[in-house]
Amino acid sequence: MKKSDQAILKVTDLHKQFDQTEVLKGIDLDVYPGEVIVIVGPSGCGKSTFLRCLNGLEPINSGRVELNGQVITAPGTDWSLIRQKIGMVFQNYELFPHLNVMDNILLGPTKVQGRKKSEAKAEAESWLERVDLLEKAQAYPRQLSGGQKQRVAIVRALCMSPEVMLFDEVTASLDPEMVREVLDVMLNLAKGGLTMLIVTHEMAFAKAVADRVIFMDQGYVIETNTPEAFFNNPNTERARKFLNIFQFEGVHKVQ
Amino acid sequence: MKLAFWGILMSAALGLICALIRYWKIPVLQRIIGMYIELARNTPLMIQLFFLYYGLPRLGLLLEGSTCAIVGLTFLGGAYMAEAYRGGLVAVSRSQIEIGLSIGLRPFQVLRYVVFPQALAVALPALTATSIFLIKETSVFSIVALKDLMYVAKDLLREGHSTESNLLLIVSYLAIILPVSLIFGYLERKVRFAGFGN
Ligand SMILES: Nc1ncnc2c1ncn2[C@@H]1O[C@H](COP(=O)(O)OP(=O)(O)OP(=O)(O)O)[C@@H](O)[C@H]1O
Ligand SMILES: [Mg+2]
Repeated sequence: MKKSDQAILKVTDLHKQFDQTEVLKGIDLDVYPGEVIVIVGPSGCGKSTFLRCLNGLEPINSGRVELNGQVITAPGTDWSLIRQKIGMVFQNYELFPHLNVMDNILLGPTKVQGRKKSEAKAEAESWLERVDLLEKAQAYPRQLSGGQKQRVAIVRALCMSPEVMLFDEVTASLDPEMVREVLDVMLNLAKGGLTMLIVTHEMAFAKAVADRVIFMDQGYVIETNTPEAFFNNPNTERARKFLNIFQFEGVHKVQ
Repeated sequence: MKLAFWGILMSAALGLICALIRYWKIPVLQRIIGMYIELARNTPLMIQLFFLYYGLPRLGLLLEGSTCAIVGLTFLGGAYMAEAYRGGLVAVSRSQIEIGLSIGLRPFQVLRYVVFPQALAVALPALTATSIFLIKETSVFSIVALKDLMYVAKDLLREGHSTESNLLLIVSYLAIILPVSLIFGYLERKVRFAGFGN
């Protein structure tokens, strides 16, 4: 077993630019086993880009990402291996439309990990049961609601037995009444000790689930704090302003 | 009919290869293929035929009549099939590829298990149309191949059975094209799934 004080994921001075614009301007972050980190920040500040750099969907310009002490941003990285350990769920709850729920989930375990179908299926079924979707195993994506699809997408990532999970605004495209069912799944995963990096605009959820909150703005990490301190009394002016936006929205909704 | 069969099969194979080369944007090759597709689709069939039957022998390449016809059909059909596949490939969204990658699939596996099945479903109507088109064109290519219905009919005509032979000709063509359309239509329905993405 690894020492729990050794970071699973260690990001050092990460820079990323698209064409001429620098989107990430030197990000440092250590993620420890079992930790749930919530990343918040205004639109366009680089949250998605940051997560995508961590599993190699975007190449980085400089800096370093280490997974369990191994540098994964060096040339020659076997991303297929790394992505099995760093799972990701995206905003657009997309499943593979030509495969039913079970085959969506089994594609990775059988084709990537070469696991036996029967054994992987048993695991998939137990996960589906936990997210309350076992009866949908044979359904096709088009027959599911957005919330159901997103829960399947989460199970699909979990069945690869990742060490870290990245969630990029997984409830942002959902109808409000479906947000809760997906957030509940994530809360349960957090309770189960899964290491997670979560980008979200659901502030109440962030407060409930986070061990640490990271506030990003314009490509920098502006503030790192406990959820209590961050939401009640942030250290930085910019974080305060950002949170005020939500307060204001809250007042409008009530009226 | 055998000619059409081989022509379609080879066209489908050539088209797929061409479409993949363009899809992966392989340097140089994709340019060459782009030019081939333009050439094959935009030159009159007659010119292609003349080149095939009278030009190639001049260059010292003597092909048997039926081989010649298959080469001609493949040259023509490959270009159309390539465009059909390409339409299917570009219809599969970038996020499908990223999701495939994010569960650890290697790029080739993403193509095989995620992109290709969806692309095929989109491309199938166009592939079917091209196949039917090729069956029709078989007659033209058989001016030299001399194995086609037209030829048989011409023979009949010469012997003076004009009306019956014309009728026979049409009926035989229908008898060939109809089942092909039906089979492809069936396949299409099997492969299709409504509501891409969500
Ligand atoms: N592929 C790309 N090419 C060029 N620019 C990009 C690309 N992807 C993102 N950007 C730019 O990088 C910046 C950061 O984008 P990113 O998607 O990471 O923001 P975000 O924090 O996730 O925003 P949101 O909350 O709206 O999702 C934006 O200005 C965006 O326009
Ligand atoms: Mg984003």
